[in-house]
Amino acid sequence: MSAQKRKKPIVMVTGAGGVLARHVMKRIKSTHDVVAVDFRWKVEAKHAIATYHADMAQRGFEDIFREHDISGVIHLGRVVTTVAKLKARYNANVLGTKKLFDKCIEYNAGPVLVLSSFFVYGAHPFNPALLDEEAPLKASDLTHHLVDSVELENLSNIYLWRYPKLGMVILRPCNIAGPGVRNNIGRLLDLRTVPVIAGFSPVMQFIHVEDLADAIVVAFRGRKPGIYNVSPPDCIAYKDAVELAGCRPLPLPSVPSGLPRTVSRLLGWKALPSYLVNYFKFPTIIDGSLFEKTFGWKPQYSLEDIFSYYRNRKHEEKLRAKFVKEVEVS
Amino acid sequence: MKVKTMLKKLLVSEELERYAERVPHSLGSMGYDPWGLNMDTAKIGLAVLHWAFHHYFRVQVTGLENVPTAGGALIISNHSGQLPTDGMMIGVAMATNPDGPRFPRAMVERFAFNLPYVGNLFTQLGSVVGDPENCIKMLKKGETVIVFPEGARGGGKIYKYRYQLQRFGTGFMHIAMASGVPIVPVGVVGGEETMPALINIKPLARLLRWPSFPLAFPFPLPARMYINIGKPLSFPPNFTHESEVEANVEEVKKAIRALMDKGLSERKSIYL
Repeated sequence: MSAQKRKKPIVMVTGAGGVLARHVMKRIKSTHDVVAVDFRWKVEAKHAIATYHADMAQRGFEDIFREHDISGVIHLGRVVTTVAKLKARYNANVLGTKKLFDKCIEYNAGPVLVLSSFFVYGAHPFNPALLDEEAPLKASDLTHHLVDSVELENLSNIYLWRYPKLGMVILRPCNIAGPGVRNNIGRLLDLRTVPVIAGFSPVMQFIHVEDLADAIVVAFRGRKPGIYNVSPPDCIAYKDAVELAGCRPLPLPSVPSGLPRTVSRLLGWKALPSYLVNYFKFPTIIDGSLFEKTFGWKPQYSLEDIFSYYRNRKHEEKLRAKFVKEVEVS
Repeated sequence: MKVKTMLKKLLVSEELERYAERVPHSLGSMGYDPWGLNMDTAKIGLAVLHWAFHHYFRVQVTGLENVPTAGGALIISNHSGQLPTDGMMIGVAMATNPDGPRFPRAMVERFAFNLPYVGNLFTQLGSVVGDPENCIKMLKKGETVIVFPEGARGGGKIYKYRYQLQRFGTGFMHIAMASGVPIVPVGVVGGEETMPALINIKPLARLLRWPSFPLAFPFPLPARMYINIGKPLSFPPNFTHESEVEANVEEVKKAIRALMDKGLSERKSIYL
């Protein structure tokens, strides 16, 4: 189908192989045609008109803009710590994103929505609660592993103010959880035994992956450029969350203060990497009221919905294992 | 969670449950608010402190009718006794106010939140990091916030300076003026005698990065406490010079001093 005949505008979704992107594409296809891009592999995206395995930092990436009349970008793709080292992450997440933004300007593609994270605020014992969008981004001050996340934010901010026609929307969601989510917290809640840091149980916020997908779509369609925290108002202490998700807490000694980080590093934990230890000691509670007010978004899933998924999954696994054992015995 | 449920059953009376039900709050579905207050932990804490309030410190309170039953307010008090016993007793008095219980939030020295277990317990009991941002946001949400403008200067002072108000910070006044909330002055007598300190070992405090290291009794003594709550004071938001803010602070200080003098005159015995 040629670009002239096409009625719907085309949106590029990066990180299309992820579960969040799948939910986003499913929701946005009623108003947009989707071009799915992933740097890891060529994704099977049934909601997309075309899919690409492309690296934003490579020259060939521009071909996607040449081939399709991209009118907006939902930038969800990120190279995470489990995949690459700091320098490679910086190149992909910061320099690659810069190239993406430059192509958006060149080909008049806008709005651009960037998915950031609450991690950029940093987990600090002196953090006030309900951090709003103006709060300083202290993450890179606390760990160099999050430099690329903060730099990506700074870069997006520059483009937000310097190129208003991009209609840049930056979203900073809290912990994303739910079916298929393989980020740190998703991996943790999936475990049977979960490390907790003795004497610390910070309050945390969780957003269901489908609620976040709704938020992304509503923000992309809303065309109100700016930076927004995205979080339901509800929160829970980490230890309670672990128990509600059906996990057994494994307390790690917290004194001396560097010990949990060392243990995590030595054991090479992916679910609780050493640079995120502070997020399991000190609260980083964000104020999502601006997003709710601006876009009229309300979460559909409660905390109980989120944790019952993990609890039920473990229960089902247990039953399955029991059944297999019984079959073997018989 | 099981231990908490057990403790709650064991310690929290029906009377305290009723008070807690009447307290205005903004708790989520899991019983936590954004600052980490957990009502179950807070009820257990209240039950323990309620006992101490009546049977250990034998607290006498006047002026509870001056605490607004709804909306934000700053509770400004003198501070003493190394541990924040004074704050805890003000908290119990307000939480069990028959006219309208409130669950005041305490602004606590930042270093406490770095300590395992301690910071966590403080948080779940309703204390928050002593950060102006926290205070402003809580007042906006209609919470009552206890502030000790003397800070560690008051709490950590040695016994020879008892009942001498130390320098007040002006931060609380800026917050009150900007937020338009009333200031409720409180004078506490008895706190100084709960943990009298002979000296402050400053080098050790510096080494541990604590605000002070007092040589004091290792546990609070059963000093009788007198809490006098004054009439709310309101201050207009506009000012042209910092000296006007300082004058307002002096006015609050004067009100607290008068309430302390009242308590000292009421006191017939320190421990008996």
